[in-house]
Amino acid sequence: MSTARYQVVGLQKSYRGRLVLDIPRLTIMDRELFVIVGPSGAGKSTLLRLLHFLEPPSRGEIHFDGQRVSFPPPLALRRQISMVFQRPEIIRGTVWQNVALGLRLRGENRPERVENALEMVGLSGFGDLPVNTLSGGELQRVALARAIVVAPRVILLDEPTANLDPHNVHLVEKSIRDLHHTSGATIVLVTHNIFQARRLAERVGFLLNGKLVEVSPAEQFFENPKDERSRAFVRGEMVY
Amino acid sequence: MEILKDALVQAIGLLLRFDPALLEIVWLTLRVSGSALVLACLAGVPFGALLGLAKFPGRRWLLVLVSTGMGLPPVVAGLIVYLLLSRNGPLGGLDWLFTPNAMIAAQTVLAFPLAAGLTSSAVQEVPAGLRLQIQSLGATRWQERWLVLREARRGVLAAVLAAFGRIIAEVGAVLLVGGNVAGKTRVLSTAIVLETRQGNFALALALGFVLLGLALLGNAILLRLEAGSRS
Repeated sequence: MSTARYQVVGLQKSYRGRLVLDIPRLTIMDRELFVIVGPSGAGKSTLLRLLHFLEPPSRGEIHFDGQRVSFPPPLALRRQISMVFQRPEIIRGTVWQNVALGLRLRGENRPERVENALEMVGLSGFGDLPVNTLSGGELQRVALARAIVVAPRVILLDEPTANLDPHNVHLVEKSIRDLHHTSGATIVLVTHNIFQARRLAERVGFLLNGKLVEVSPAEQFFENPKDERSRAFVRGEMVY
Repeated sequence: MEILKDALVQAIGLLLRFDPALLEIVWLTLRVSGSALVLACLAGVPFGALLGLAKFPGRRWLLVLVSTGMGLPPVVAGLIVYLLLSRNGPLGGLDWLFTPNAMIAAQTVLAFPLAAGLTSSAVQEVPAGLRLQIQSLGATRWQERWLVLREARRGVLAAVLAAFGRIIAEVGAVLLVGGNVAGKTRVLSTAIVLETRQGNFALALALGFVLLGLALLGNAILLRLEAGSRS
């Protein structure tokens, strides 16, 4: 039986007085693959940073595994969550050094986990390469390996394929699917790409101008959306 | 032009003969400026990193102070250290005035703001996205600062180079607190001043060439280190 991993209540985030996110209620389940779709600027990345407890909300609460999280969160909690950012920030050094970084920060030395993570993203044998010899798609996969190597309970993915060619998109999506089946982690993926959402999602939330217009199971969202605006977005008719 | 040629010949001659007086001066120059550089960087780099990365009250003022210190005239730094170390000064008991220790202290005061100020700009140049990424990977606050400092290492090396350049050739501070005593506190820059005053232009210029050579060597070594750390 699955339980709620995140419960969001009355969540708001403003920057310089401008309200960019306003979510009265949202539940994300344990072990689910939840996809947030919406146009650029809808507040998707902001929501991920809040779910990662990297920034405090302006208002409202986020509960994690039934516990209300106050800010700043305990390090142990932040370490159960990892994230792949839209633009992967890679530290200088080798692929291996990058992927092992999260483990090193936790004082762990688990070469077999690094090996597995590299294999999962199709980068076995790349460990010794300096990162500045890698392509954009490979770097994005390094970022993905780096996020999964610490065996997090939640993985947040912010447009992980936004700037990639179809081959790398395919590889990254395959890794995400494998991860979902094998790891038991909750995965929250943000994308503006409706086709990607259709390929991956179990449940979809449609975010528009900082508000969740609709949250539905994937099939319903794509076949028979409840909201007029979701319908337009799914059909690719939305003007934004 | 003649004098330049004479000076160059004389400099080479001095070096080839391993002139003991010259070697002593070179050695003291390296010892004083090297020690000052190490001390200033050991204190200035961590201080600059905190100044660039941590948020605390008074930070802005400290930044202004440090930037001002980057332009501190050597002779003023020397004067301050002189007063501190003079017999009636608060540190008079150390009995350091007119010793190499006083010169090291004065040059440390000169180099510290450069090491701190340029390090703080270097760490602030590290993209905010990278800091967020490092937090996301589970770094504690201190781990985050350490990693950011590592990412900024080129800028930090530039800070070290600038500090080295500032003190290897300065004359005002070491002259005031060292006194240019032959065999005790005479370094290259103060020797140049002395020889110039006495009209030994060729010798002064020869010493100048040696000083330039040292600066060149120091920079080459530090840049070599930088190249080694790049990947």
